[in-house]
Amino acid sequence: MVVQSITGTGTGVDGASRLAARGVTVGYGARSVIDGLDVSIPPGVITTVIGPNGCGKSTLLRTLSRLLKPTGGSVVLDGEDIAALKTRDVARKLGLLPQAPVAPEGLTVSDLVARGRHPHQSWLRQWSSDDAEVVERALAMTGVSDLADRPVDSLSGGQRQRVWISMTLAQGTDLLLLDEPTTYLDLAHAVDVLDLVDDLHESGRTVVMVLHDLNLATRYSDNLVVMREGAILAQGHPRDVITADLLHEAFGLRAKVIDDPVGDRPLIVPIGRTHAELHQSTPELLK
Amino acid sequence: MRADGADAAVDAKAEVRASVAPGVRFGGVSFVWRPWIAGVTLLLAVAGFLVFCLSIGVGDFPIALPRVVATVLGGGEQVDRFVIMDLRMPRALAGLVVGVALGVSGALTQSIARNPLASPDVLGITSGAGAVAVFLVTVSGGAATAVVDSVGLSAAALAGGLGTGLLVYFMAWRRGIDGFRLILIGISVNAVMQALTTWLLVTADIRDVARAQAWLVGSLDNRSWEEVHVALWSTLALLVVVACVAFQFKPLHFGDEVAAGLGVRFGAVRAALLLCAVLLAGVAVSAAGPVPFVALVAPQVAMRLARCPTPPLVASGLVGALLLTGSDLVARTALPVTLPVGVVTAAIGGPFLVYLLVRANRR
Repeated sequence: MVVQSITGTGTGVDGASRLAARGVTVGYGARSVIDGLDVSIPPGVITTVIGPNGCGKSTLLRTLSRLLKPTGGSVVLDGEDIAALKTRDVARKLGLLPQAPVAPEGLTVSDLVARGRHPHQSWLRQWSSDDAEVVERALAMTGVSDLADRPVDSLSGGQRQRVWISMTLAQGTDLLLLDEPTTYLDLAHAVDVLDLVDDLHESGRTVVMVLHDLNLATRYSDNLVVMREGAILAQGHPRDVITADLLHEAFGLRAKVIDDPVGDRPLIVPIGRTHAELHQSTPELLK
Repeated sequence: MRADGADAAVDAKAEVRASVAPGVRFGGVSFVWRPWIAGVTLLLAVAGFLVFCLSIGVGDFPIALPRVVATVLGGGEQVDRFVIMDLRMPRALAGLVVGVALGVSGALTQSIARNPLASPDVLGITSGAGAVAVFLVTVSGGAATAVVDSVGLSAAALAGGLGTGLLVYFMAWRRGIDGFRLILIGISVNAVMQALTTWLLVTADIRDVARAQAWLVGSLDNRSWEEVHVALWSTLALLVVVACVAFQFKPLHFGDEVAAGLGVRFGAVRAALLLCAVLLAGVAVSAAGPVPFVALVAPQVAMRLARCPTPPLVASGLVGALLLTGSDLVARTALPVTLPVGVVTAAIGGPFLVYLLVRANRR
């Protein structure tokens, strides 16, 4: 077995998508949330799925990670139907961080991150020197080495999220799926976590995440997937995708799209009801 | 394969060596070395063995501890051998086996439900076994008597526990298992089974009631070698299965989705372990009656002693054995009247449950 370093196998942007959904239909019970959806995840970049509540963003991410089984179509991972792969083999290729995970009370950071090695371990081989090394590096890379002995429940929300990402990192996959990694975090901690995600991308990983905050999604991703009612409305670089018309179509949101003063991405300025009145009465103020 | 270029930055950061748990490795075998847990487990094993020997030594013909230990380990004098191996061993061994089975069973159900209240007693498994046993004892006549005669009361109780456990599991199933739902349904089923038991006792013949009630309190009196053999070997077999599956269970403490992300087929693993837990509880109940609270308390005590965030399986079993054997010893010696072991475990377990609940409320 080849032991993967936590910085991944160095898969460059060679154009070949490693993860794709082909004609996927999926839902809960009889109700289908997504119907016949196609999407390819470009390698080596951050792809962010955005869309209004209940549009199927998380459902798509859960389907891509094999948590949900599609009733039609298939998810393809490295050229193979993901449903035909063993759960463990999927876990060696793809790391998943679900929404708001909970650790048992009193569990230490290093023990939680160490659990990320599970797909590489067996009954007899529960803690090899590779495991120890990889976990140490995962802790260091997410900046939580100093917290290694602290119980996870004693940490702040932002630190806790770093620790969970660290666990996913210890899994040693270069495909990472993060479901709303900034939920419950204030803006400063959200930016902190997304900077970490950016670091992971810089070191060669492919990241797919679901985000609620549109401006953070625009700032941190190279590929946006905009969803509405279980279908993809638009996909591409934020500069090409984010327009006032699209925001209105996807979210029913009236907004102005301006140039981000600190970056090269568009910046979304939402217009609420009162401000809309202001906008109409004195349009020059907002121009 | 290493992407060396990208690693340079990471290596610089990694110089701050994090305190990752040390490992023990020989050849292809490796595991995490946790001295505290290992020490506590060893101490519990030694304490369990000593109480076991003490319990054997006590009786109308007292035998000093060193002589008991010598005899149990294979030596000893002829007289001691007869009293210990033939007369007292079955009772003491039954205590150990039932204690281990209940402790491990409780650790499994509490881990599966991710809730300390989810013990086999609360989930109705114990009372289901009890209801079936009481039904067979009190309802005299053709079919029931025939069943008791052919398979024995113990096997019937085991079947009752298993049936109730499966019933609770399937009723709690709703696109997966949720701890609270499992407990609520368990409590409901438990109440129904207890009501059924009470109804049977009220309507039955007075002589049958006495026999049923003695069984219902939980007791280690009058164990035979045959009964102990059945309990011992079925418990050992189940523990082997648990040991094989337990490694795959570890990520389930973080919930189904994280476990799935770590490559665990959580549905299959959980179903297998829950079945083992139900069977262990059933074996214990069929061997000693529904001894209360051991399965609830033992894993929680073990967790606190071993300083683990989740119930440790081995230590839970040992605490269970210690608690049951110790309670039996107290029941026979320290009190003015000889009580069934179940009364003592309830007297220790009840207050502990209250302590757990108060502590949970104040958090």
